[in-house]
Amino acid sequence: MSILINSDTKVICQGITGKAGTFHSLGCRDYGTKMVGGVTPGKAGQDVDGIPVFDTVEDAVNETGANATMIFVPPPFTADAILEALDAGIKVIAAITEGVPVIDMVRVYEKVRASDAVLIGPNCPGLITPGECKIGIMPGYIHQPGKVGVMSRSGTLTYEAVWQTSSLKLGQSTCVGLGGDPIVGTSYIDLLKLYQEDDQTEAILMIGEIGGSAEEEAAAYVKEHVTKPVAAFIAGRTAPPGKRMGHAGAIISGGKGTATEKVKALESAGIVVAPTPADMGKAVVEAMGK
Amino acid sequence: MKIHEFQGKELFRKAGVPVLEGIVAKTPEEAAQAYDKLGGKIAVVKSQIHAGGRGKGTVIDNPKQHGVVLCKSADEARAAAEGLLGKKLVTIQTGPEGQTVNQVFVEAGCDIARELYLGIVLDRGDKKPVLMVSTEGGMEIETVAEETPELIFKEHFDPHVGLEPYQVRKLCKKLGITGAAAKAASRFMPAMCRFYVDYDCEMAEINPLVITGDDQMVALDAKITFDNNALYRHPELAEFRDLSEEEPSEVRATDAGLSYVKLEGNIGCLVNGAGLAMSTMDIIKYHGGQPANFLDVGGSANEEQVTEAFRILLSDPNVKGVLVNIFGGIARCTTIAAAVIAASKTVGFKVPLVVRLEGTEVEEGRKMLAESDVDIITASDITDAAQKIVAATGV
Repeated sequence: MSILINSDTKVICQGITGKAGTFHSLGCRDYGTKMVGGVTPGKAGQDVDGIPVFDTVEDAVNETGANATMIFVPPPFTADAILEALDAGIKVIAAITEGVPVIDMVRVYEKVRASDAVLIGPNCPGLITPGECKIGIMPGYIHQPGKVGVMSRSGTLTYEAVWQTSSLKLGQSTCVGLGGDPIVGTSYIDLLKLYQEDDQTEAILMIGEIGGSAEEEAAAYVKEHVTKPVAAFIAGRTAPPGKRMGHAGAIISGGKGTATEKVKALESAGIVVAPTPADMGKAVVEAMGK
Repeated sequence: MKIHEFQGKELFRKAGVPVLEGIVAKTPEEAAQAYDKLGGKIAVVKSQIHAGGRGKGTVIDNPKQHGVVLCKSADEARAAAEGLLGKKLVTIQTGPEGQTVNQVFVEAGCDIARELYLGIVLDRGDKKPVLMVSTEGGMEIETVAEETPELIFKEHFDPHVGLEPYQVRKLCKKLGITGAAAKAASRFMPAMCRFYVDYDCEMAEINPLVITGDDQMVALDAKITFDNNALYRHPELAEFRDLSEEEPSEVRATDAGLSYVKLEGNIGCLVNGAGLAMSTMDIIKYHGGQPANFLDVGGSANEEQVTEAFRILLSDPNVKGVLVNIFGGIARCTTIAAAVIAASKTVGFKVPLVVRLEGTEVEEGRKMLAESDVDIITASDITDAAQKIVAATGV
């Protein structure tokens, strides 16, 4: 098994008729994902290379039985798109869009948590169960079905980690890009729970970065509840305080959220921390050998 | 986006958050006139820069000149403005090079009974905005949090409901505010929380927040940062942006849709993705080098953007070598290769260039570079790339 998505997952794309929506819907379908439809208000009846377009998520769910969505709508409409998916009963919502106002996410977060749906993102690459289902913008071919659960706040750095675990023939169970914003739908802890219970996942690789305290909270959780080997990497050891490093959430403010603090918390929880981004795969091997 | 204190106070006034009368001055003479207009008793001349710690900060080469000056005559106001305008002010937040003072804010004085602290930020843990107040007004709040955290009081609030009356009562009790001052707080605190939400602030800080001799609550400072992602909802704030307060190369990068932060080192970095860009800086440092910048060209960068990225990197005179680290996902290695070749023609590389390509269309991209006449040191992986650029720059 894997977590969250598998070969049975039926996916729609909100914003499918936009440039990015079209490109990545077809990319996911090419990978083998069951892309059953798309939503763009006012464009029902059209299709995107054979994928039917609906006016509302409700219509798409009724017609196709979709249970997952990937959202590419522009930032001003992203919060609303997430709420629409939630209302229609979609269980896995991946919001790829970057640039969503943070106050919008305060409202959305509360509603998502009160439901049994899972929101990944926003500002994330999506998630993938190699060989089964890809929902997002990651290059599929670098992945390999296998045993490492990979979770990350970053996009391309995740590709680097995936590449390393594939090269070491470990492969991945499910890879999840949590997103680079201050408020995202899913935390490391949410995923740690799922990976811990998942048979396919034998080790967990957690990729963090400066800002906030999500990594410290995850470290505390690992110490108490996770028996599987865990490895980690933290980006931003050289980042100066007070400067936003690309991601809206990657900032050291008031002396908090430094890489040093995070590494310390992870190591004290028995997690193997890779000293450089070139050592993420090796850190997983080391954690599994412990 | 950051704004100046006087701009923040203009917005406060509109939002019903009490502030004192004040006038912006760009010359010493304007400052003297402002003093007279404000009633000619006590006024404070405050340098306007996008950094905190102005009161304790001093002007370069003139350690007696502080960034905030209490004045009792028009001549004193003129002298204070003279000592600040056009000068570089160094505070704990500006770095040793300081920031130029282009304008001062001349503000009426008031009768201060107590100085408090008030700040609103997003609590990333609780996923809600949080109002923080403290009895230790005028102090650096980071210091208070470090030394006497029990003197900071917090209340989370729902952005769509605002601060509830009982929450104000709780905070007043802890701050020791009673009577007419508590009544003032019952208007002031909810108004600030509304302000934070209405303007999509990232941070709103008033330090000090003052209780006057006649039990009024007044914002003596205004430090505000807006959520850049929400600026589209507030077109009226565009005029408040002060480009002279921003690093020119960072402004240029933003205009080109790139994410760039200038640093002190000598190895320029061009990377796709924020996490990978940060890690690239880290691994350069790990192998003994110093990164000159953070630069994320993003997932969908085109040839033109990447060329502009090279221009920005190479315009930094400190840069003695450039490392290109690309893990193609959405961004294709061929696009980057084409941009490297184009940039070598239009911009010209006079410093060593190390390129590491991986991911989408990597073979084609590597072939393009190999067949071009650009002088490139190729690297097989991220460690190899870091070691080669550090060696090439002779650190």
